[in-house]
Amino acid sequence: MSPHITLATAGRILRQLRHDRRTVALLLVVPALLLTLLYFMYDGSGATFDRIALIMLGIFPFVIMFLVTSIAMLRERTSGTLERLLTTPLGKLDLLFGYGLAFGLAAALQGAVATGAAYWLLGLQTTGNAGLVVLIAVVNAVLGVALGLFCSAFARTEFQAVQFLPVVVVPQILLCGLFVPREQMVGWLEGISNALPLTYAIEALAQVGISADTTATMWRDLVIVAGATVIALVLAAATLRRRTP
Amino acid sequence: MDNAIEVRTLVVERGKRTVLNGISCDIPAGSVTGLLGPSGSGKTTLIRAIVGVQIVRSGTVTVLGRPAGSAPLRRELGYVTQAPSVYADLSVRENARYFAALRGLGSVEADRAITDVGLAGARNQLVGNLSGGQRSRASLACALIGDPKLLVLDEPTVGQDPVLRADLWTRFHELAAAGATLLVSSHVMDEAGRCDRLLLVREGRLIGDDTPAAIRARSGTDDLEEAFLRLIRRLDEVAA
Repeated sequence: MSPHITLATAGRILRQLRHDRRTVALLLVVPALLLTLLYFMYDGSGATFDRIALIMLGIFPFVIMFLVTSIAMLRERTSGTLERLLTTPLGKLDLLFGYGLAFGLAAALQGAVATGAAYWLLGLQTTGNAGLVVLIAVVNAVLGVALGLFCSAFARTEFQAVQFLPVVVVPQILLCGLFVPREQMVGWLEGISNALPLTYAIEALAQVGISADTTATMWRDLVIVAGATVIALVLAAATLRRRTP
Repeated sequence: MDNAIEVRTLVVERGKRTVLNGISCDIPAGSVTGLLGPSGSGKTTLIRAIVGVQIVRSGTVTVLGRPAGSAPLRRELGYVTQAPSVYADLSVRENARYFAALRGLGSVEADRAITDVGLAGARNQLVGNLSGGQRSRASLACALIGDPKLLVLDEPTVGQDPVLRADLWTRFHELAAAGATLLVSSHVMDEAGRCDRLLLVREGRLIGDDTPAAIRARSGTDDLEEAFLRLIRRLDEVAA
């Protein structure tokens, strides 16, 4: 692995993104628009909006970056560019970290726009700092990138890649405590919930919602999400073979 | 070193099908070798084994004195896959610069490769907006960057107009004269005559490995397409 090649790869991915203006516009604007929708849905009920909007600020980047990455990586596989890249000095981790870096940066921009809109336009109120919300959103986005890179190894077509969204992403959203508080779940469901990384990201956001200072729980949760990201990246590297049948 | 590539009793299976059935051949350094054969004969699989991305069943492939696919070789190799493997959503120049960066090179080398394939006028266009022929030249440019010692080109001249094709072949021979080894696959027989050596592949077996002149002499015809046919018939008669 070389920092020079990793950065060149991240730069290449960002340049690809830049040429696709519609995708950039959708990435930046859609989360803010969905939050606006939430705002009118919970019209007059500030506390509920605050709770759900905060969670959504963590869920949007996770879902969107998972999707974008699975498709982008699948395109590398099907277009032959991946095969070609693997005959060059590029290391597997250069490619994977390149994706993490590029889409992490895109997520930071997206998170800043969505969080800015939520606080300034929609009057979101949290006890903790908005900067922490952006930080958690970015870590979540990189988790989405890592899972997307890993899952794309099991998809041969775009149709299959998209099907991993209900398999990998939706259960994490259902069980993260958004719909039913986790402590009210039956034991085995809570057990599954404990094993899913998004649970910790949402718990970290909830901590920002209720506490003025950063808490130990929040930092522990962030470390868990980052650890899950590293594991997913290592698994993705293991499924990326230079030699194929 | 006399041989850039040495293939020994190479067997490749894909699923239940044997795609390469015990191929052995040598490709001399500093030459242009043509890899010819009908579609589905195993050309691309042999190429993939040489660049080190093919899982092989048995046999060995040695490239520049090292096992195919070993890490030091990745700095010495330029590889063009059959379908143009460049990023359609980047410009020609952005593609070339990325592949230059992978070799630790800069924009000067990238721009020179673009000029070499005659795309200087289109360098700021998105690859996705180019014609098929231009697209495969963009892919070729990315392989030429940094003067690799070994260039493996899978059908690089498909869809090129005759003048450009002649230019590209001239360029290939210049590179070989400068010491590079080129392996160029094609299913167009009129290109075979431009090679220093020919490998003829059919149904996963090597049925000819010689200079064009020797193949013409052996089969008793000047037309290489006809020579290929006669070699196949002779083999079929022996088998029958």
